[in-house]
Amino acid sequence: MKHVAKWALNIAALRGATYADVRIVAQRSRALTTKNGKVGSASDAESVGMSVRAIADGAWGFAASAELGRGAVEATAARAVEIARASARVKQEDVRLAPEKPAVAEWSTPYKVDPFTVSVEQNIELLLKIDAELRSVAGITLAEANLNFNREEQWFVSSEGADIHQTKLSTGAGYAAYAFAGNEIQKRSYPNSFGGQWQNKGYELIHELKLVENARRIGEEAVALHQADQCPEGKFDIILDSSQLGLQIHESVGHPIELDRVLGMEANFAGTSFLTIDKLRKLRYGSELVNVVADARQEHGPGLGTFGFDDEGVAAQCTPIITNGLFTGYLSSRETAHTIGENRSGGTLRAEGWNRLPMIRMTNISLLPGEKPLSLEQLIAATDHGILMQTNRSWSIDDKRYNFQFGCEIGWEINGGKRVGMVKNPSYSGITTEFWNSLDAICSRDEWTLWGTPNCGKGQPQQVMGTGHGAAPSRFRGIKVGSAFKS
Amino acid sequence: MLTKEQSGDIFDRIRKLSTADEVEVLFSGGRFALTRFANNTIHQNVAEENYVVSVRVAFGGRTARAFTNKFDDESLRQVVRSAESLARVQHSDDDLLPMPDARSTGGTGGAPVPTRDIPSRHFQRTADVTPELRAEGVSKIVGVAQKHKLTTAGVFSSAEALDGIFNSRGLSNWHTQTLAEVSITMLAGDSSGWQKANSPDVGNLDPLALAETAARKAIDSARPREIPAGKCTVILEPAAVLDIVGFMFWDYAGMAILDQRSFLTGRIGTRLFGDNITICDDVAHPLQTGSPFDGEGVQRQRVPLVENGIVKRVVYARATAERMKRSEYRDKVGPIEATGHGFALPNEMGEMPQNIVFAPVGDPQSVEQMIASTERGVLVTRLWYIREVEPFEKMLTGMTRDGTFLVENGRVQGGVRNLRFNESLIHMLSNVEAMSVPARSCGEESFDMVVPAMKVKEFNFTEVTKF
Repeated sequence: MKHVAKWALNIAALRGATYADVRIVAQRSRALTTKNGKVGSASDAESVGMSVRAIADGAWGFAASAELGRGAVEATAARAVEIARASARVKQEDVRLAPEKPAVAEWSTPYKVDPFTVSVEQNIELLLKIDAELRSVAGITLAEANLNFNREEQWFVSSEGADIHQTKLSTGAGYAAYAFAGNEIQKRSYPNSFGGQWQNKGYELIHELKLVENARRIGEEAVALHQADQCPEGKFDIILDSSQLGLQIHESVGHPIELDRVLGMEANFAGTSFLTIDKLRKLRYGSELVNVVADARQEHGPGLGTFGFDDEGVAAQCTPIITNGLFTGYLSSRETAHTIGENRSGGTLRAEGWNRLPMIRMTNISLLPGEKPLSLEQLIAATDHGILMQTNRSWSIDDKRYNFQFGCEIGWEINGGKRVGMVKNPSYSGITTEFWNSLDAICSRDEWTLWGTPNCGKGQPQQVMGTGHGAAPSRFRGIKVGSAFKS
Repeated sequence: MLTKEQSGDIFDRIRKLSTADEVEVLFSGGRFALTRFANNTIHQNVAEENYVVSVRVAFGGRTARAFTNKFDDESLRQVVRSAESLARVQHSDDDLLPMPDARSTGGTGGAPVPTRDIPSRHFQRTADVTPELRAEGVSKIVGVAQKHKLTTAGVFSSAEALDGIFNSRGLSNWHTQTLAEVSITMLAGDSSGWQKANSPDVGNLDPLALAETAARKAIDSARPREIPAGKCTVILEPAAVLDIVGFMFWDYAGMAILDQRSFLTGRIGTRLFGDNITICDDVAHPLQTGSPFDGEGVQRQRVPLVENGIVKRVVYARATAERMKRSEYRDKVGPIEATGHGFALPNEMGEMPQNIVFAPVGDPQSVEQMIASTERGVLVTRLWYIREVEPFEKMLTGMTRDGTFLVENGRVQGGVRNLRFNESLIHMLSNVEAMSVPARSCGEESFDMVVPAMKVKEFNFTEVTKF
C-alpha cells in the first residue's frame, strides 16, 4: 500500500501542498443479533478506501476515494489540494502543526482469539441461549442480544516521512430484556445498556463477560421493577456503578476537555465547553480523590481508545486530565497543541474510517481507582442513607457540559448501610464541577472496569467513534435525585 | 455517479455468482462535500465519493446480507460468499417472505401497487457546487458575523446521492437526489443564535438571510437572565418541534407494536393528542425528500398516522404486516398492509415513517402572532441532547440552545439562561394552543420534517443551567 500513498503524496507536493498525509484503510465488521428466539440480523461488511489530508496556502483540504488505482488516487490528492486552496479564501491565520518526529512502525491490538475465526453457528447458538434464558422469566416481553466484531487495518504515510501500519480489533456483546405490563415498560441490560461491553481485544472478551450466567437475573430484575417503588425525589447520597460512572465521565469530563470544542470548532453541532483555557491548572474540577487520565496506551487496558498511533501519526500517550481534583490537561492535536502552550500533540486525532477527516476524540478517559481497598459492598455498608444506581437508561447534558441529567435502569435504596429495596426510574442531575467535587469515595482496583462506549457522535459530517472509560463504583454526596419525574 | 445501467450490470454479475434461491442487491452512495467553518475561518473542508453494494441472499426461510464498496470480480465473489455463508447457518424463519416482484412492488395481496409520482429531487446546480462556491457562501456568512462583531461557526454542504434496488424476481427501482445544506451558529460573548436549512435545490438556500437571523438571535439574547424553572407557555420554532416530536415516530411501526415497545400499544384508535394534531407520512409531499421505495423496493404509500388527535395507523414492512394479521392485535391497530416503510432485511426494527408531514390548521399563526398573544412564556430556537426518560408516556429530557428568550406582555424581553425540560410528548401534543403554517425544517436531534412552530401551554422546565 505504501506505493499508493506515494502516488498521492507526490501529486500533493507537485500541486503545492506544504504538508500532506495519506490514510489507506480496510475495515471489516460482523454484526449478529437475535430477538425473541430468532436471528434479527446477520451481516458482514467490508469497506476499503483512501484519503488525503493536505495543507496548501496555509489551510486544510481533504478528499477521499474508494478507488485505489493510480489515476483515482492522484485525482483525489489533487482534489485535496484544490479544496485546501478554497479553504484559504476564508481564513484568519495559517494552520500551525506541532512538530512530531515521523514514526516508522507496526502496531496491532493484542488478542487471543480472532473473533472472525469463530463460526457464525457458534455465535448464533450463544445468542439464542441468552435469549432463551431471558425469556424463561415470566413477564419478559422482548429479548434482544448482539455480538459485534470489527477489524481495521490502516496504512498512514505522511510527507514528513511517517510510515505506520496499524491493525485494531474490537469485540462487543450485550443484551436487553424488556417487560411491558399495564402502562409501563421496564428494561434491564447486561453487561451495559446500548450494545453491552466493547473492548479492543479478541473473542476472549465474550468468555469473560459470563453472558449466559447473568441472563436469568437480568430478566428477573426487569420484571421485578414493575413492583418496585418509584425512586424518591430529593437530595441523596448516591452510589453509581462503574458502567454508569463511565458514561458520566464520558459526558462531563471527556467531552469538555476536547480542545477543538474549547476553541469553538464544534460550536455549530456538538457545542463548546465550559473549560476555557484560562481554567487550565486553576480550576478545582473535583474533590481531592478525583484523578482522571486520558490514556491511549496498551498498558492502560484494552479500551476502545487504545492504539499505537493516532490518525496523524502521533504515538499513544497518557495525559493527566484531573490530578487530585485540579484540572490539568486537555485532549489535543498537532494543530491545537500550541493554543495551550504545548509543543507536542497529545495524540488524540482519530477518524471513523477512510472517508472521514480525523478529529480530536476521547481516548480512554478513566477515573483512577481508590488506593485503599474498598469493595462495592463495603461502600454500601459505609453509607447511611442513599441510592445505588446501575446501568444507564438516558443521558443528556447541555452544549457547554455544565448541566446534566442521567436516568438509570435500576436503583436500590440504602438505609443503615444495607440495600433495603429496589426502586424504579432512578435519575439524578447536577452541575458538572459541583458533582465531581461531591465525590467522597471510590472503590479500589478490583472493582474497576474499562468500559467501551461504541457510539460517540461528533463532527460534521457526523462520525461515530469508540471510546474507553475506566471506573470503579463511587459515592457522591447530596445529589439531586428524581427531578425528571417531579410532577 | 454510478448509473442505473452500471448497477444493473453489477447485479447481473452478482446473480451469476450466487447459488441462492433469491438474490437482492441494494446500491447506495454518491458524492458528498462539506465546508466547515468556525472562528470565522474555514477549518475543515472535505469531499468524498463512495458507493456501497449490499447483497441479500435467501435459501428458503434463511436470509443474510453482506456489504462491500469494491466492485471487482473477486470482491463481488467474496461478498456473495459472505452473505451465503451467513444465510446457510440461520434457522429457518417462517415469517420471511419471498422477495417482491416487479408487478406488485410489494403489494401483499398480489394486486399491482401504483407507482407514486414524486417531484424531481435531483438538481444539477446542486450537483455542480464547487469548493469555491461553498467558500463564497461561507465568506458571506463570515461577513455578517464581522459586521455584527460576532464569531460564526457552521457548515455548507452539497451532495448527490443514489438509492437502487434489484432483485432476482425482476424488481428494480432507482432514485437519485441532491441536497444542499447550510447551518449557522453566531456566537457573542454570552449568547448565541442558530439557523439551519436544506433543500435538494441549492438555489432555495439563502446563506445571507440565515446568517442575519442567527446574528439577530445572538444579539437579542445577550446578557441572559436566569428565570426559575417550572411549567410555562413555550413557543417552539419549527426546528425545536421536529427535534422533540421526532422521538415518537419509531413507535409508529407495526413491529414496535408486536414487540410491545411502542407507546401506542393499546392506544391506536384512541384520542391521544389534541384535536388540532393531524400527521401523515408522505414521501411525495413537495417539501419532502428521500427515496419513493423502501428497503425491499416497495413503493412508499401515504399513511395517515394521526387525525384530529386520534392515532389512526402505523406503518408496515411486508413481513410485519403478515405477522400483524396473525397477531392478537390485528383487530386493534386499524388497516394492516405493507406501506413501503420497511428497512433493508434482515433487521430487527421492521419499519418506520420517515417523511413526516404535519397538516396545516385552519387558523395558522406566525411566531410573531404567538409572541403577541403570550402574557408570559419562553421562545425556543432549538433543542439539544434530547433523550427518552420514560417510554410509555414518552417523557423526554433535553436542553434549550442557541437563542432562548423570555416573552412577557406580548413582547420578547431578552435572552434567558438555557433550561432543561422533562416533558411527555403526549402531554405536549395535547396542549398545543397555536401552530404556524408547516414548513420544511431541519434540526440536529431528528430527521427533516414538514412541521409548524407551536405554542404549547404548561411545558415542563425542571432546571436552569449556567449560561
